[in-house]
Amino acid sequence: MLATILENRFSVTAVLLFGIGFLNLLLQQNLLKKVVGFNIMDSAVFLLLASLGYIEGGAAPVVAEGTAPSVYINPIPSGLVLTGIVVSVSITAFSLALIQRIYRRYGTIELNQLRERARKEDD
Amino acid sequence: MRPLCENLPFVTIFLAITAGILCAVLRSGRAAWRLTMLVTAANTVLSAILLAFIWQTDRTFTYTMGRFAAPYGNAIKAGPLQALLAAAFCAILALALEGGKRDLFHDVSAARQPLYFTMVNMTAASLLALTYTNDIFTGYVFIEISTISACALVMAKDTGPNLIATIRYLFMSLLGSGLFLLGVTLLNGITGYLLMPSLAKAVAGLAAAGQYRVPLTAAVGLIIAGLGVKSAMFPFYLWLPDAHGGATTASSAILSGLVLKGYIVLLMILMVRVFTLPLLEEMGVTNVLLGFGLLGMIAGSISAIREHHVKRMLAYSSVAQIGYIFMGLGLGTAAGLTASCFHILVHACCKPLLFCCAGRLSAVSGHHRSLRNLRGSAYRDAVAGLGFTVGALSMIGIPLFGGFVSKLYFASASLTSDKMALVLMTIALSTVLNALYYVPAVLAIWERPDEALRLHIEETADADALAVDRPFTAAALILIAAVFVLGILYHPILNVINSGVTLL
Repeated sequence: MLATILENRFSVTAVLLFGIGFLNLLLQQNLLKKVVGFNIMDSAVFLLLASLGYIEGGAAPVVAEGTAPSVYINPIPSGLVLTGIVVSVSITAFSLALIQRIYRRYGTIELNQLRERARKEDD
Repeated sequence: MRPLCENLPFVTIFLAITAGILCAVLRSGRAAWRLTMLVTAANTVLSAILLAFIWQTDRTFTYTMGRFAAPYGNAIKAGPLQALLAAAFCAILALALEGGKRDLFHDVSAARQPLYFTMVNMTAASLLALTYTNDIFTGYVFIEISTISACALVMAKDTGPNLIATIRYLFMSLLGSGLFLLGVTLLNGITGYLLMPSLAKAVAGLAAAGQYRVPLTAAVGLIIAGLGVKSAMFPFYLWLPDAHGGATTASSAILSGLVLKGYIVLLMILMVRVFTLPLLEEMGVTNVLLGFGLLGMIAGSISAIREHHVKRMLAYSSVAQIGYIFMGLGLGTAAGLTASCFHILVHACCKPLLFCCAGRLSAVSGHHRSLRNLRGSAYRDAVAGLGFTVGALSMIGIPLFGGFVSKLYFASASLTSDKMALVLMTIALSTVLNALYYVPAVLAIWERPDEALRLHIEETADADALAVDRPFTAAALILIAAVFVLGILYHPILNVINSGVTLL
């Protein structure tokens, strides 16, 4: 049991982090905490991706003069992580800007209060 | 040497993205509007040419980007179905913008209008890319682009409730794309590929050898759940009514009619091209989709019955219609997929028509949104009244209207499955429920208003709103014609879809 966990330590950590992030995104009422939850969730996926491409003892897949390591790590998951980080950063920026607008207008970022206020405004 | 036409899918995506970037630097909203309409019209024509080209040869082709051979690099795959959907999506995008033009320039502040069109073009680009892509990670990137642009379309009308609707929509979308990304990661972990043909080969190998059964099932589940959240599949639809109901008319029409479909098209392509239907059936995934689809058909309609706000009612009705599409996918047969594709087209015509007409009807009634205040509004703009009636009758499924044909095909697709009774009963029940909220709405807008109320409205409503809205009238008439074409001359379209599904 312990050995399995240790062997899959990256996946286990990633699943734990994903769960924490997912629940935060789903259940938190504070909008900023939701954004933090989303970032934790994405980090978990990136950890999983990076660990999938990692090969024990492998070198970075860069050809340097004179040295030729026998094993390189798989560069494709690393590339995906980079793309994923770009996407995650832009979404974070967008949601922070949106939260700022909401705060300026309503003076609160608690979702349940906001929804009540919106309902009153709609009537 | 590849034929020139094979470059068209890439060209359409590229044009849409370029137009989006150009709109961002334009100063005037009108200029951005013209550019967007021009590019969307060009994309419609190019997609139609592509469709004609593919239909002549009746085959699919793969277009590798930068000539990196598979399993590396990025690719586009186009067949009759993709070309048809792309042409329809571009045409309807243009019509939705045209139909909601007056509302759009009224609701979106002048400084933001060019940026609004940037987002429209990005939505168009992501719709096209989701339809054409042959690479699952490109799919993920365009899902996120679509998320951001769709949220921006909602918040363009800068009111408090809209901002809150946007943030809820954004967080639900983030949940969805997070699940999708995790699914893709797992799939990449057990297969090592991202391009769909290589993935399909690896998945088939794993399934035959019985290896990695749990991760494979988890990946399929995560991908379907992720795309399901984003396309408002049954349990995940609560974000939809606020987001689609509150936005400006053109945004509502684009979001409800098109954006939801982009994700479904990607899901359908993944289901057929990568996982294959027999494998999904063996895993029990199709049954889950069928169940959620059936529940969505009922739950969406019931929520719509209880809604008085006309645009929110239409938004809930989208939930029910998405339920139909998922039901077709859940049947797990080519006939079910064909019916779903046809329903995608029908709904993509009807819902923008309904939203544009509802927007116009509320504009001539002093921008009131609740059905009570729309009484008799059809007499103030007959085309809007007619369009709303045609859309509603098609949604209910009256013969000669598009909705009837898709219901017919759903029903006949279910006949060969063992869940025939369940599916047919739900279709019947859902038809009754659809009628329960569309018929009163149609009757309300055609109810002759008493003289005092009419005078009151004509005094309070501003003259600009009451004047004939030419762009809207043109767009509504074209969409009405499209609904009838889908309902009467459906054979050639179904032939294209049929061969598209087999070639997918």
